[in-house]
Amino acid sequence: MKIAIYILVMAGVTYLIRMLPFTLFRKKIKSKFLQSFLYYIPYAVLSAMTIPAIFYSTGDMITATVGTVIAVVLSYLNQPLIVVALSAALGAFITGFFV
Amino acid sequence: MKSQFTKGMFHGIPIFLGYLSVSFGFGIMAVRAGLSIFQAVGISVTNLTSAGQAAGVNIIAAGGSLIEMALTQLVINIRYALMGLSLSQRLDGKFNTLHRMIASFGITDEIFAVSSSQPNKVTPKYMYGLIFISFMGWTMGTFLGAAAGQLLPEAITSAMGIVLYGMFLAIIIPPAKKEKSVLTVVLVAAGISMLFHYVLTFVSGGFAVIISAVVSAGVVAFFFPVKEDDEQ
Repeated sequence: MKIAIYILVMAGVTYLIRMLPFTLFRKKIKSKFLQSFLYYIPYAVLSAMTIPAIFYSTGDMITATVGTVIAVVLSYLNQPLIVVALSAALGAFITGFFV
Repeated sequence: MKSQFTKGMFHGIPIFLGYLSVSFGFGIMAVRAGLSIFQAVGISVTNLTSAGQAAGVNIIAAGGSLIEMALTQLVINIRYALMGLSLSQRLDGKFNTLHRMIASFGITDEIFAVSSSQPNKVTPKYMYGLIFISFMGWTMGTFLGAAAGQLLPEAITSAMGIVLYGMFLAIIIPPAKKEKSVLTVVLVAAGISMLFHYVLTFVSGGFAVIISAVVSAGVVAFFFPVKEDDEQ
């Protein structure tokens, strides 16, 4: 089945990325550029995944925008991941009654 | 003396709670994208990662190619390579090759963060405890979300669609506030991503994320290389 193959590829690639360096490498990366690139990549990925997708994540732009604003403010105040994530959803849920 | 496994599980309780609710959102998202409960849980059991799974489900829903899937996972999860690299230097002597091959499955942002903040060398049993409880939270949450996605009213499931993205914001905003270079990466990546979404719409979602991420991280790495101590 097609979806099983997708899942197999996902899982295989993800496992190899985790397993190979953890199992094989013992030295430190020397290249300054590569170090910096690897340091920035998670933030770049998460940002590109979130913007603009977050505004379409609830099926309604207004509820999603309210949720996004709540998430941004709470993240800015260094709230824990779980508090930010659930507050955004709660904000979108409550706004849903008014639109 | 408490066993290392129990200690790991204990340290993993906050991760368990966090994963339970975030993967609940993933379960809902996966079912809304057209996957079955079994497939949604199957993805969580074999992948144990949030951003990669969310991107993967979008590619499946859009009928993307397997190459696109593989490249997307590579780019999104490449950070685990760096974490594995870093963690590999803090391991206890008991960590032989087999233990490394098993424990590497459980390298996530949170598990990495908790294990590297340990004052002592990381033992296999400690890491297994940490991974076990986190894995339970991730899998159970996915199942509950996927199952509830078909039972809960639309108003709740649609609002839960924002959970994962909310968590992503909570990961990127605090460091962006502290470091100008991270802020630049975040803004450039978001800008390129919007360009793909609204203008260059012929590029599929997975590739748009890859290109946005590689270009923004590459450009900023070139102009603002990190200092030695920023790395960890």
